Amino acid sequence: MSDITDAAHGSRAGADAVPYGEGPYFRPTSIKPGIVGWLTTTNHKRIGILYLTAIGTFFSIAVIFGLLMRIEEMFPGPQIMDARTFDALFTLHGIIQIFLVVIPGIPTIFGNFSLPTLIGANDMAFPRLNLFSWYLFMTGAAIAATSVFINGGAPDTGWTFYVPFSLKTSVDVPMATFAVFILGMSSILTGINIVSTVHMLRAPGMKFSRMPLSVWGLYSTAWVQILATPIIGITMLLIVVERLFGIGVFDPTKGGDPLLYQHLFWIYSHPAVYIMILPAMGIMSDLFPVFSRKNIFGYKMIAFSSLAIASVGSLVWGHHMYVNGQSDTAGVVFSLLTFLVAVPSAIKVINWLATMYKGSIQIEAPFLYALSFVFLFTIGGLSGLLLGGLSTDVQLHDTYFVVAHFHYIIFGGTGFGIFAALYYWFPKMTGKMYAKRFAIIAWLVFFVGFNIFYFPYFVMGWEGMPRRYFDYPVKFADLQFVSSIGAYIMVAGIALVFGNLIRGARKGEPAPANPWQGATLEWTLPSPAPLENWETPPIITKGPYEFGLDGKANGSASGHSPATEGRDGPYEFGSDGNANGSASGHSPATEGRDGPFEFGAKEVEK
Amino acid sequence: MSDSANTSEADATRVDHGGQSSHGSPRFYVAIWAALVCLTALTVTAASWDLGWIAILVVLAIAATKSILVLLGFMHLWWEDKLVIQLLIPIVLVTLTIFIGLTYTDILYR
Amino acid sequence: MSNAANPPGDASAPRSPSSSAAPHSSDVSHSPHSTAVHDDRGRLGMWLFVSTEILLFGGLFLLYSAYRWRHHADFHAASMLLDRVFGTTNTIVLITSSLFVVLSIHWLRERRLGLAKLFLGLTLLCGLTFLVIKGFEWGHKFESGLYPNAPHLLSLPFGEILYFGLYFSMTGLHAIHVIAGMTVFGFVFRGMSKGTVTAERPIFLENVGLFWHLVDIIWIFLFPLFYLIS
Repeated sequence: MSDITDAAHGSRAGADAVPYGEGPYFRPTSIKPGIVGWLTTTNHKRIGILYLTAIGTFFSIAVIFGLLMRIEEMFPGPQIMDARTFDALFTLHGIIQIFLVVIPGIPTIFGNFSLPTLIGANDMAFPRLNLFSWYLFMTGAAIAATSVFINGGAPDTGWTFYVPFSLKTSVDVPMATFAVFILGMSSILTGINIVSTVHMLRAPGMKFSRMPLSVWGLYSTAWVQILATPIIGITMLLIVVERLFGIGVFDPTKGGDPLLYQHLFWIYSHPAVYIMILPAMGIMSDLFPVFSRKNIFGYKMIAFSSLAIASVGSLVWGHHMYVNGQSDTAGVVFSLLTFLVAVPSAIKVINWLATMYKGSIQIEAPFLYALSFVFLFTIGGLSGLLLGGLSTDVQLHDTYFVVAHFHYIIFGGTGFGIFAALYYWFPKMTGKMYAKRFAIIAWLVFFVGFNIFYFPYFVMGWEGMPRRYFDYPVKFADLQFVSSIGAYIMVAGIALVFGNLIRGARKGEPAPANPWQGATLEWTLPSPAPLENWETPPIITKGPYEFGLDGKANGSASGHSPATEGRDGPYEFGSDGNANGSASGHSPATEGRDGPFEFGAKEVEK
Repeated sequence: MSDSANTSEADATRVDHGGQSSHGSPRFYVAIWAALVCLTALTVTAASWDLGWIAILVVLAIAATKSILVLLGFMHLWWEDKLVIQLLIPIVLVTLTIFIGLTYTDILYR
Repeated sequence: MSNAANPPGDASAPRSPSSSAAPHSSDVSHSPHSTAVHDDRGRLGMWLFVSTEILLFGGLFLLYSAYRWRHHADFHAASMLLDRVFGTTNTIVLITSSLFVVLSIHWLRERRLGLAKLFLGLTLLCGLTFLVIKGFEWGHKFESGLYPNAPHLLSLPFGEILYFGLYFSMTGLHAIHVIAGMTVFGFVFRGMSKGTVTAERPIFLENVGLFWHLVDIIWIFLFPLFYLIS
């Protein structure tokens, strides 16, 4: 179970630091040529790309399923499919997007690709385990895919596999739930890798309080992965055992309680949504300083809020079960806790906006996605308050309102977050730059389509349109029609985004090492990042968001720069709007002045 | 069998062994084993007493004590100096307690 | 959860005054008193994995707890059908196997490879004993018509059906873990013979040992909860 491979890390101070190429655990990374090299790699960057390719494919398939559903729902009555197929489609759409895209998404793509580069390490703590996680992931996906084609076809239970229906339906539920179990194992191992990496492999001087907030996000998420995922593991195993052996724990005819299944299911699946959103929020916290050219507002509160969301978010699962037979007492308890967990999320949103205030905004594709994230996540989050209230939920439970809520939060949040991260780290991954103007156009189409698609869902849900329904009364026809148009626009936008990224990867202009003038460690590496990140561990003396006098990134790698000398905080920018740092502010630009708001001649921006 | 590494038995002196410090002596481990066997005998005996509703608490307390002995003695948590590992079991237990506890807000009051 | 992340990593306990460099990596340390290299990294990973296993069983304990609370009398009646002698014996067997594991680790660090292998072999013997006894118990239950979906079982009260459903699930999952542990111990044994598991690199043995102790702890709870319901 132990994995002591690859580069020895450095938590040692400068002069004594062993170069990454030496030490008892060093194993030279050799890359075999061609596809074999990719399939046998233990390099964190390659594994990140492996995940990216797989997840991009699964996402596209699930988008197509969603599109088919929207075509069906465009008009009342059956259009292109029957009810059974529709059931299968929403089940598969949910299984793929949830278990194969948004839960693994950021931890496996960017936790792998970016995390070591963000903390000054040369790889993850357990590189071979990392590759094994990817194989588990692909195995789970393969088993899930197989379940569609054999033994009665795709599951029709919804991705939630509620008993007693999942115990009785004739399709191969055990195979689908076993796939989820395997995917859970993959997630757990990734979480173990991330926690171990953050604890063991930070470069010298990279205190917890100097870590980029994206690392805090990944770290908090990893704890949820470790602590919550085993519960879905056992729950899925129990479904298999129930179906195969009839043990009776969920079967009312044998004394079992279907609601206990729901408890077990949601004990994981609610924290799962925090697995989805926390790393995305962390990445936002990296992007806002960079594209506002300004210190993050409230570093400590944002880091703390990540931990708070991870903990309090694990206490609220019963809000999925208000109307399913749960006791009123439980309803009240869970409702209260649900309202509490909104607070740390709000803290983050406020801090991001405060970061922008008096900043120097750079309009770039990653930042447009970040801004969209805030907008869409806020809408989705506020709608969650309506669902969190006991009385209002009675009206809204299992309606399109819920569907709108989670698409705004997960797709608008995590989804746009993934695109933001992709556009942000694209030059580091590929060494190239995508077509920037086209990226903005693609974003616009995507964003507009998204809102035309999903906003009507709030209205339809409010008016009683149930979710997972194949057909609907005529009164919903107008909004269903509009929604479908929005879906087509959105999918076109997604296609444009993919095209933009793929073309950029193949034919884009070569990108510089630090196109965004970020001050986190990964930008001190060349673009694309080399196989071995650093030869000797970088020594960290500054925080992750310190920008220099001239607004350029001064980097925290071995940053002895006069402009940032002697400061402690991570995101210090000057009073003239350029990065200058105010902590122990002796900066030439403000030297000799008294008042706090005396602005000098602006330095060159970038 | 005489142990060469350590002279103390019941306590672990922090002999320099790097990350995990010292380990116990064979006598120490056997002492833990003996305690576990005694506690097993105790819990079997206690099952025949009429304790009413306290019985489950006694059972859990004895099991918890045995587990703590295994965790600290056999699994070396006593000598563990990485904070995150020291905190791990408490965190897991708190998590489990919360999961089970909040579920009880439902099943107790239906 | 802030680590002492200012270099040196292990500054909290000045341990190796005579070692080469004052600041040590926080996952590799060399000690002048033994040549054992301590893999903090591997140990942390293993502990995290152990935590997930606790939570995996935790879900089953949640179900057990709920159903026992609801059907206490039935649970008691059903537990009378289990053999306390077998259960107690198995408990002692596993506790002893845990002792043998730590002794094996001890002797490996003391460079007494033969003793280390002996005690590891004894551990495996204990594991086998456990499984054999468990097999007897299960076989007896099958013969008595007390297996899941058996007509006789289904004629019993709900609480007893649930009891046995949980009994087979939990002891079954536990047995799977025993088998898995024994299998990996087999690889450790081979590693000791091949020289990849040594006094300098005991981490493989130690980590599987951690896993094995967890299996022991789970049984420490399963035993009274299934066999000793008063």
